Amino acid sequence: MQLIDLPLIWAVIIGFGVIMYVLMDGFDLGLGILFPFAPDEQARDVMMNSVAPIWDGNETWLVLGGAGLLAAFPLVYSIFLPALYIGVFLLLAGLIFRGVAFEFRFKARTSRYLWNWAFAVGSMIASFAQGCVVGAYIQGFETQNGVYVGGALDWLTPFTVLTGLGLMAGYALLGSTWLILKSEGYIQEWAYKITRPLLIAVLVVFAIVSAWTPFVDELVRQRWFSAIEVIWIFPVLALFCAYQIFRHVGKRNEGMPFVSTMGLFIFSYLGLIASRWPYVVPPDYTLWDAASAPESQLFLLLGVLFVIPIVLVYTAWSYWVFRGKVKAGVGYH
Amino acid sequence: MDLDPILLSRIQFAFVVSFHAIFPVFTIGLASYIAVLEGLFFRTQNPAWEKLSAFWTKVFAVVFGMGVVSGIVMSFQFGTNWSNFAQASSNFIGPLLSYEVVTAFFLEAGFLGVLLFGRHKVPAGVHLFAALMVALGTFISAFWILVANSWMQTPAGTEMRDGVIHVLSWSEAIFNPSFPFRFLHMVMASFLTGSFVVAGVSAWYLLLGREKEANRKALSMCLWLILFLAPAQAFIGDEHGLNSLEHQPTKVAAMEGNWETQSGVPLLLFAWPDQETQSNLMEIGIPHMASLILTHDWNGVVPGLKEVSPDEQPPVSIVFWSFRIMVAMGLLMILAGVIGVILRATGKLYSTVWYLQSLRLMSIAPFLAVLSGWFVTEVGRAPWLIYGIMTQAEAVTPSLTGGMALFTLIGYIVVYAMVFTAGVYYLFRVLQMGVEDEEPVDEEHDRAMRPLSAAHVTFEAGPYPGRDHDTHAAPLNKGGH
Ligand code: HDD
Ligand code: HEM
Ligand code: HEM
Repeated sequence: MQLIDLPLIWAVIIGFGVIMYVLMDGFDLGLGILFPFAPDEQARDVMMNSVAPIWDGNETWLVLGGAGLLAAFPLVYSIFLPALYIGVFLLLAGLIFRGVAFEFRFKARTSRYLWNWAFAVGSMIASFAQGCVVGAYIQGFETQNGVYVGGALDWLTPFTVLTGLGLMAGYALLGSTWLILKSEGYIQEWAYKITRPLLIAVLVVFAIVSAWTPFVDELVRQRWFSAIEVIWIFPVLALFCAYQIFRHVGKRNEGMPFVSTMGLFIFSYLGLIASRWPYVVPPDYTLWDAASAPESQLFLLLGVLFVIPIVLVYTAWSYWVFRGKVKAGVGYH
Repeated sequence: MDLDPILLSRIQFAFVVSFHAIFPVFTIGLASYIAVLEGLFFRTQNPAWEKLSAFWTKVFAVVFGMGVVSGIVMSFQFGTNWSNFAQASSNFIGPLLSYEVVTAFFLEAGFLGVLLFGRHKVPAGVHLFAALMVALGTFISAFWILVANSWMQTPAGTEMRDGVIHVLSWSEAIFNPSFPFRFLHMVMASFLTGSFVVAGVSAWYLLLGREKEANRKALSMCLWLILFLAPAQAFIGDEHGLNSLEHQPTKVAAMEGNWETQSGVPLLLFAWPDQETQSNLMEIGIPHMASLILTHDWNGVVPGLKEVSPDEQPPVSIVFWSFRIMVAMGLLMILAGVIGVILRATGKLYSTVWYLQSLRLMSIAPFLAVLSGWFVTEVGRAPWLIYGIMTQAEAVTPSLTGGMALFTLIGYIVVYAMVFTAGVYYLFRVLQMGVEDEEPVDEEHDRAMRPLSAAHVTFEAGPYPGRDHDTHAAPLNKGGH
């Protein structure tokens, strides 16, 4: 059993699930955030159509992450969820509203504006709550003997509000660059126009969070400032991606802005992991402290290793099937 | 007033899981029904079967969608409100719940899309195969979740070490003593739910004179099923009760309203259990019947509630009355099956208006039975969460305050009320459209879309906003593709 480090494998699986979720649900949540600001109803049709076939697959990663945490790192599950109690409720409520709006907006006639709002507000709340989770993770949790002992609203601080707003801006950026890829004409032009301001907003939050984080926690400060370490590679690469977005929007490139935004997310995510590794419940517990029994991790690993490749193939396939531009006025599902 | 986080969490859990439960029981039954219809169509090529299957697939899509939405909430409940339980039992419960999700994931990824959107895209045999796999998938989902629940009722194959459950034997833990009964009882319940809903809707269409051929076929099939399944369910339920008598005698005592351990216990038809005085304030019963049913002996000894101290007793009235509602529904179902076969023999099945009307009403009976059945099981287990190992009070999230729990409880009630009103309203519109309206749809665009999208029915009548040329007040959303 000592030959393979099961907790490490599970950390990789769950880390992979999280970034899959963030990237994929990110752009459809982002479209929801941009929804009220779209030029007209036809643009909203196109926005929604561009993700309608794929968004639910995107969300299943979240469920898998939740259940996987309970199975592989129960300590994380049983500390995060109580600590983020109210936030989790808001997240779920937001996801429910936007999920239902996806279905009913296409079928609604006179009540359509209600579903527009359900979609937009649901997406905003869900994104904000997710951003707060990131902030709360950086902050750390107050625990005693593996049990959360903090208050109901500890997760809501100026810092987490900032990360919440930051993630909203980030998702909106993913959404606008996705829209550049999937739309044409005046809708695409609008998406180009909002991308740079969104990028600037993201960078501002990025800068403040980076400057602030070292003061939130001693370990993080040491990791970044005790010496010039390899870890600096991540923010450098993230900034490089940001520059690419800026440049390719200027050149009216269609694909690169989205790809670069994904890069921006991936490198920020890796940077975040690197500054906390191997703590999964900062500041006290590492991933080995949080792991469930090896036989339980192994029992589930078998099923997951079987299913994840199939899901990836299917995901790739459905993106392939729905590739290309979404035309205005065609199939307003 | 002091808000009790334990009580509020119990109410919240009961609320969200009850909501969730009504959708899966229906989808499990319906998925099998659709698979049968597809099989019949494949064998006979009779278009009536295909029509029925296409229609019920639309209904399936809506109900499945709502099951998923409410299920996502469930997967976070253990962590938010019962974090000590989650932490202690994760070695066993964690993999089970994950397997449930993994199964669902796999299903949704593979076969659901083909079933919902592939009718004219893939060969008939492949479509049938997809229908079979979806049906199988719902059973596998139910399997994992019922293993988890049964293990909490009758834990086996595990050991508590330093406050954490460790699995000693996966097979013993998975096939714990109450699991086979609970699984069978639940599968039967799902089949009955499917049968009664389909029978009720078909009866309604027949009363309206719509699509006679297809609806007669559907009604006839369901009534045959009910005739055999309803008595079988009563039998399995009885065995289930005997199993509980062995492992959870206090629960059975609450179901029977029996306070003293005694012989020749009557079967109570009506009673007013009172926890304060530890007795029934009044009772009407059939002498010796309970002893006969539970011990198969006229004077058999049945354990009473007073075997345990009052604070280890469950809320007796809830268990007592829920049990009676379930059994009453079960008996009504048997009756419905028997009357059906008599009317069939006299050739008046499709023309007896009062019978068709009562079938319409009966379509809510299985839901009532299922919910009250779960109330018996779950409330009857109190104060234990893992029977004999962990109480509800030990399991609740330590940092949870009454205010937080109240906030989310009200929140969930509000969110569900809004979302599910829309969902159920929409479901009724689909039912109103009926079997007739089947339009070719643009499947290229539909493929792999959300389940609900498979139902091509508009949300309300009226034109699309901002499209004055769109005059489709007609039932189907023609502009929608
Ligand atoms: C995997 C486990 C599981 C499953 C499949 C179910 N439950 Fe449950 N139920 C619990 C796990 C649980 C629990 C977490 O163990 C609770 C929370 C508090 C408690 O005592 O048990 C509970 C409590 C609980 C209560 C409150 C009991 C009380 O507080 O006295 C009700 C009424 C129900 N449930 C109803 C249901 C229904 C209608 C279900 C149908 C699907 C159901 N449960 C499935
Ligand atoms: C505490 C109890 C429960 C939890 C935590 C739970 C969890 C879930 C989740 C997360 C989903 C959505 C899966 C997806 O993303 O597609 C789901 C759907 C479903 N659940 Fe439950 N559930 C519970 C109770 C039940 C019960 C009692 C049954 C039936 C016996 C059941 C059967 C199903 C089925 C058939 C589906 C839809 C089909 C599928 O997605 O597999 N669930 N449940
Ligand atoms: C008339 C005969 C019936 C009898 C004697 C019977 C008996 C029982 C018993 C004893 C339990 C509690 C098990 C425990 O101790 O935990 C139970 C639970 C349950 N019953 Fe029934 N039942 C009957 C009919 C029905 C019907 C018609 C349905 C639904 C269509 C149904 C659905 C359920 C469900 C969903 C549960 C909870 C899950 C479980 O523990 O299996 N029952 N039943």
